[in-house]
Amino acid sequence: VIGMFIRFLDLVPHGRLSRLHALMGAILVGGTSIFASHTNCTVLAPDPSEELSGGETTVFDTSPKAFGYPAKNLHDEHRSAFFVGHSFFNENWVVAPGSTAARDGLGPLFNARSCSGCHLRDGRSRPPDADQPMVSMLMRISIPGKGPQNEPLPDPVYGGQIQGQAVPGVPPEADVFVEYDERAGQFADGEKFSLRRPHYLLKHLGYGPLSKDVMMSPRVAPAIMGLGLLEVVPEETLRGFADAQKREGRGVNGRPNLVWDKSAGKVTVGRYGWKAEQPSVLQQTAGAFVGDIGITSSLMPDENHTAAQVICAKQPSGGHPEVSDKILHDVVTYSRTLAVPARRNWTDPIVLKGKTLFVQANCVTCHLPKMQTGDCADLPELSRQTIRPYTDLLLHDMGEDLSDNRPVFEARGRDWRTPPLWGVGLIEKVNGHTCFLHDGRARNLAEAILWHGGEAQSAREKFRTMPRIDREALLAFLQSL
Amino acid sequence: MQQIEQKPLSEKGLQNPNPVLQPLAFVALVLIFASTAIHAKASGSEVTGAVEPPALKRAVVANYAAIMAATYEDSVAAATKLKSAVDDFLANPSEAGLVNARKAWVAARVPYSQSEAARFCDGPIDQLEGKINSWPIDEQYIDYVADSPDAGIINATSSYPVISRELILSLNEKEGKKNISTGFHAIEFLLWGQDRSTNAPGDRSWRDYTNAARNSERRRQFLRIVTELLVEHLKSVEAEWADGKADNYRSRFVAIDPDAALANILKGIGALSGPEVAGERLTTPYETKAQEEEQDCFSDNTCNDLIDDARGLANVYFGRYKTDPGRKIQGAGLHDLLMRINPEFAAKLSTEVEAAVARAKEIPPPFDQAILGPNSASGRIAIKKAIKTFQAQSDLVAEAATVLSIKLNL
Repeated sequence: VIGMFIRFLDLVPHGRLSRLHALMGAILVGGTSIFASHTNCTVLAPDPSEELSGGETTVFDTSPKAFGYPAKNLHDEHRSAFFVGHSFFNENWVVAPGSTAARDGLGPLFNARSCSGCHLRDGRSRPPDADQPMVSMLMRISIPGKGPQNEPLPDPVYGGQIQGQAVPGVPPEADVFVEYDERAGQFADGEKFSLRRPHYLLKHLGYGPLSKDVMMSPRVAPAIMGLGLLEVVPEETLRGFADAQKREGRGVNGRPNLVWDKSAGKVTVGRYGWKAEQPSVLQQTAGAFVGDIGITSSLMPDENHTAAQVICAKQPSGGHPEVSDKILHDVVTYSRTLAVPARRNWTDPIVLKGKTLFVQANCVTCHLPKMQTGDCADLPELSRQTIRPYTDLLLHDMGEDLSDNRPVFEARGRDWRTPPLWGVGLIEKVNGHTCFLHDGRARNLAEAILWHGGEAQSAREKFRTMPRIDREALLAFLQSL
Repeated sequence: MQQIEQKPLSEKGLQNPNPVLQPLAFVALVLIFASTAIHAKASGSEVTGAVEPPALKRAVVANYAAIMAATYEDSVAAATKLKSAVDDFLANPSEAGLVNARKAWVAARVPYSQSEAARFCDGPIDQLEGKINSWPIDEQYIDYVADSPDAGIINATSSYPVISRELILSLNEKEGKKNISTGFHAIEFLLWGQDRSTNAPGDRSWRDYTNAARNSERRRQFLRIVTELLVEHLKSVEAEWADGKADNYRSRFVAIDPDAALANILKGIGALSGPEVAGERLTTPYETKAQEEEQDCFSDNTCNDLIDDARGLANVYFGRYKTDPGRKIQGAGLHDLLMRINPEFAAKLSTEVEAAVARAKEIPPPFDQAILGPNSASGRIAIKKAIKTFQAQSDLVAEAATVLSIKLNL
């Protein structure tokens, strides 16, 4: 009964190839030095089952649909929820009252009409082009201080984020534009690079001035596969990562964010969002529904405007709540069971060399390769899986250059959650771009590494001082994830 | 040599191989020759009994390539006919002209739906499918709908003063998966309009394309451009499958290790049958009972698509195809190969492949009505049966890999 939907996705034509590559790897490592390199090392061997990034949930697709499959082992009885959730994930919500009650209630303020508006093909969004307002990413805002649950304080007029769109008759909040200045840099071998630093401009403010002391944090939408697996990594495991980093004493001190779990009514470990500010896929999803699309749910029943935005309160509602518990549940199930794609080229000798360098540069201290999930009562498909997300889900000081100067619960401006790296090599295929980091400023993976600072400074420097051939191997490894 | 070709195909699609890896190609090649030789010796001293004839495998792959080439040729020919019908209609709008264009659209679906057997294996179609056949579509992204006379790109005269190819291409799937501006279903909406009837398809008036309608020139321009683009996009897929070209997808595909090619073939039909047809095309509308979740929601042609998807899969399985001009392709199919190795299994799978066509035919059109009502309604029973059969077919396709000793996840 298990996973009948996509068992065939096993059929990746690389059985024999892998063995040959392994053989090649062995020969090359053993003797000839065609990998001219200044790094003196033994290349790591492939780890058994290393390509199964999501354990038994892993799927094998490298097309633009690579992030869109249900977990390979998904039980029959969870398929309906997955495919209904899929439908509503892509659905464009409409202004209430609409002809189909299940899909109305958009706004009054919103960033996007659908989840797929930002997570296109379940993937990752990007910054706007020059002179275009932000649409598939958004700007979080808050003012100094903390609310009763330790949460950020919203701007008294504009709330917790800028919504650039609104239903007819309601002014949008603002258009956010981004400009960049280029900063030149140089690898140790003399090769030059340039990094672009973003600056944000808010224009066409619809509700008067923002607070003078408003703090802003731009966010792109990350790819969403594998979220359910990360949800069931035990809290002790995450705390164990933090302890191990302390013991290692290399100046890396990850710590979990501690955030308010609305449905549990208590403080718990944050796992999702660029600052790990959401504790569960449910809360993340309900938050995005109301914050980004203007769709209320039983978990988040209040529309996304403030009392000061009087005209918003006068708009018709799409129901109380606007998304039913059933549909919310199905979208959450969809998000929890979207499968992580398998790695490609994982036995390729260059990729293995890159993996070795990734370990040697201590990238793995935070981008932790391997962990076990705990038990998952309602989706046993996710239970006790060996997964390879390349994250510790902890907050790290990433330095002043990446700081947004906007605290969220325990995360300070310089703190960011280590993002998972699984699927990172397929973003270009799925979403047609290679913009990385929380605001999409990095135009490729190399730039993303070069922006690392703070606790990751020494890892960044190891990369920057590698000879080109090693840097390319390390990037080839990332591409294989 | 075969193995080294395999990687760009299976893992890189039609893109160039990673430049980082290129300098190694020659060395790798030498090593692979060496290791192949070792392999050959080893298997030569083993048995011959259990080993399937490699020649048959290569024949299956070659015949599959011929079938796909012919299917895309037919798709291009039918889309070209659609384009002439649309051009005729736009030159002189009339009820008859619109009906003629609609017929040409329905005819163009027949080969295209059959060609979907080659999706989901990162082949040429997977690069362009989003422009050719995206759905479900939010129709008010394109044009007016009931109660929203100003909706859509066509009526957005200030945001988009000029309707151009570049504009239409740039807006496809922009800011949402349902924001679709190109392909079959954009054309379908422009020909039929919204389907608000229980027993008939959409009934857009031909006068939408005359001066009697607002923004008719923009609508004409839109329809002309998207039909042109459909032909062009299908042509570029066709070119990748065309025979006798030195460097196209087909030439690389038939040259790789036959096991890798077979795995690719199985992966495509397995994904079509399982997550795509059983999942998104049947389970989603069955569970939501939403008309917009049927593929051809304006033309009520969904049931035909399902039948042709099943037929396309059967074409691949049995190694046969009858082209629109009537030429018969009949060669080695997966069935022949499986018969050689495990006749019992081959019989089981062939029964399921035929059953899928039959179950698709049993869904009573129009599909948007078949999904409605209680679970005991005849339409819903038929759909539920089809879901089971397409799923079972997908599972057996996966099993076929094991039968063919195609290694998984090594």
